[in-house]
Amino acid sequence: MNTPLRFSYTNAVAFSDIPVVAGEELAAIVRGLLDDDWRLLALFGVPDNDEEDAAGLCCVLAHDVSGALTALRTNALRTYLALTPTCPQAHLFEREVFEQWGIVPEGHPWCKRVRRIPDAAEAAIHSKVKDKAVQETQRILRPFRFYRVGGEEVHEVAVGPVHAGVIEPGHFRFQCYGENVLHLEIALGYQHRGVEQMLVSGPAHRCLPLLECTAGDTSVGHATTHCVLLERLAGVTIPPRAQLVRRIGLELERLANHTGDLGAIGGDTGFLPTSSWNGRIRGDFLNLTAAVCGNRFGRGLVVPGGVAYDLSPNECHDMAARLRAAGRDVCGSVDVMLHAPSVLERCHGVGALDAACARNLGMVGVAARACGLELDARATAPLSALPCQPPRCEHTGDVLARVLVRNHELRDSLQMVEDDLANLAVLPENDLRAAGSTPAVGSLPPGKLAVAQVEGWRGEICHVAITDADGHFLVYKVVDPSFHNWPGLAVALRGNQISDFPLCNKSFNLSYCGHDL
Amino acid sequence: MSQSLVVYFVQLCLALLLAPLLPGIINRVKAIFAGRHGKPLLQTYYDLAKLLRKGEALSQTTTWVFTLAPAIALVATLCALALLPLGGSSSPLAFTGDFVLAAYLLALGRFATMLSALDTGSSFEGMGASREATFAALAEPVLFLTLMVLTSLSLNAGLDTEHALSLSALFGGQSADTWLGGKIELLLVPVVFFILLLVENCRIPVDDPNTHLELTMIHEVMVLDHSGPNLAIIVYGTALKLWFFAALIAGLMTPDLSPWPQAALRTGIVLLLSVLVGVTESVMARLRMQRVPALLGGAAAMSALALILSQMR
Repeated sequence: MNTPLRFSYTNAVAFSDIPVVAGEELAAIVRGLLDDDWRLLALFGVPDNDEEDAAGLCCVLAHDVSGALTALRTNALRTYLALTPTCPQAHLFEREVFEQWGIVPEGHPWCKRVRRIPDAAEAAIHSKVKDKAVQETQRILRPFRFYRVGGEEVHEVAVGPVHAGVIEPGHFRFQCYGENVLHLEIALGYQHRGVEQMLVSGPAHRCLPLLECTAGDTSVGHATTHCVLLERLAGVTIPPRAQLVRRIGLELERLANHTGDLGAIGGDTGFLPTSSWNGRIRGDFLNLTAAVCGNRFGRGLVVPGGVAYDLSPNECHDMAARLRAAGRDVCGSVDVMLHAPSVLERCHGVGALDAACARNLGMVGVAARACGLELDARATAPLSALPCQPPRCEHTGDVLARVLVRNHELRDSLQMVEDDLANLAVLPENDLRAAGSTPAVGSLPPGKLAVAQVEGWRGEICHVAITDADGHFLVYKVVDPSFHNWPGLAVALRGNQISDFPLCNKSFNLSYCGHDL
Repeated sequence: MSQSLVVYFVQLCLALLLAPLLPGIINRVKAIFAGRHGKPLLQTYYDLAKLLRKGEALSQTTTWVFTLAPAIALVATLCALALLPLGGSSSPLAFTGDFVLAAYLLALGRFATMLSALDTGSSFEGMGASREATFAALAEPVLFLTLMVLTSLSLNAGLDTEHALSLSALFGGQSADTWLGGKIELLLVPVVFFILLLVENCRIPVDDPNTHLELTMIHEVMVLDHSGPNLAIIVYGTALKLWFFAALIAGLMTPDLSPWPQAALRTGIVLLLSVLVGVTESVMARLRMQRVPALLGGAAAMSALALILSQMR
């Protein structure tokens, strides 16, 4: 391997500068980096220029302490030595690459499709492929069985993809011994719509709206990540006013969702007061977002180069008053729940994950912080020089820890938004967008790779883009925090009671469409 | 017809008519706690009327067991209710040891419901039946231990064995007379019965009747496949069972008064108890399933304490 390429997370690098490694070496190199506290951000296939349907791998890692990034790539290949046996956090990424490009990770323990489970008809079409090598690949592409525990006393419970509540589709397959869950396998992909594919050859007008609804509850998060990525590729810096408004949007999204989640956790424990109150208060925060940009979910707020809407000093004062009122309500409502011994008892020790396991799985966000991992992109990869709180961590990794992390973050966010509104009110009028051309449409500098990490309410959202020789997207990789955290949920449930699954699931509250893309 | 028989039949009709009101009261109390307006008080009646007019969807895997079970459960509950001294007047059906029959009539109803759940072949309903069986097995000794406290009391009061050992004597008003007379430990008995009411009627903290999450349900999941008139029978039977347990507690709380005031007091207590259930459901979360045995163990300990103390003094 050549000298490793280290670059700051704010910079774009030339794709050709990224060192090329052999497929057999990749696993060992990545393992070495993980041992030095690097973390896998993304692993994806990059189409080869010369050969059709062939792809190489590209792997981006972050060093959270120093804010440095590194990247590795391979030439086009058909098989390589799997990373998963030594780096479990590559597990889903390798399956995804396998599904998209047919690149086989040799020695992967569970190389099954991630999103699309082909039905019998589809499998039959595949079997008609004449090419021997491809046929060999397709053999593995057949519908893959669920992991199954043998024995007379073990029973299997299948839940979904149609659920009793108004939630997204996903299939859960439990292997149970009485009430105890031995194993849970989560099969998603029912909402796969090809987001990444639609982004290729952008930037185009449709990119931003598409990303705003990649995960509907994280509109501002994904929109901000996309815009930051475009700005980093184009080398644009956005004005301070835009930075403040963006942060207000992100934190309001966090407030609304943490409020909703805490209420929903209350509902699942059967504690109705907080459940009902938080349902109402969540609406207050959504309405505050609507007061900024006209949409309760913050669509249209963030645009490449800055933001589309401004707040006058009067509007800032107005919003701050409404924010304080909603903040008082939600703090009271959550305190009622956190002072109910029956709720604490219900949440304590359920669905616990230890820090080592969370780190191995590459978990991010609330779920990772509840295990004691100090991962918060607001602190490790800040978007601006604005002051922010250090990551809020708990150490037990159970449902209660996830509740407490949300509770602390809720209060931090209230303070941050209030401070930001005060700062915005006294900030002299200036532009909302970066001077010069907006990089929303058209071409970007060619042959570059850039990475954007933004702490959405659920966790770190990561987008990686590589531009081709014409300055269009060759690859656009979207990694929603849910993608990292779904395996965490499956592991957290082992050895727990099957009746604890709904509560445990709610405490993670992961996105289905953010995973399915 | 004697006056007490008239009171009994009036109270039986009242129980049959007002039972669906109890879930309505519980829901209204919960709504008030949550700051909501809530469903109408009479919602259960509307639901029953709606369900009775509907057709029924039957899964192909089910057999006659599935269709028969709701009726068995309802009839069993009805018979058990008829054995109670409703309104404080002895049941015309009373006989020595009828409390054993009442307890096992309820068990028969539960058994029928569990069979119908297993009949569907669904993994959810199987889990629900398994949970119901477990908790019922744990609740049964508590019920009998508590009845033992009452029978010892009844025998001490000097009644002959033939009359002392029936529900009509046990819940006839002497319990309240005794604790009003100074044996304050007997107040533990209604507390134990309240816990049994919560367990047997699948209320929070044992089960959550409002949840939509199949994996956590106990009673609700067993009746997921029922629809139409059969579901109406189940809903009505559930309400009647709630009235049964509330009437037991009312029997422990009212002293020996003249028939009509006592009947009025007992009905009032039944309605108040549904308010109390609503308050309980609002102020606490549901227990983790593994903790339910501890709750029942605590109830058993309270019964034992009441038994020992009342025998020592």
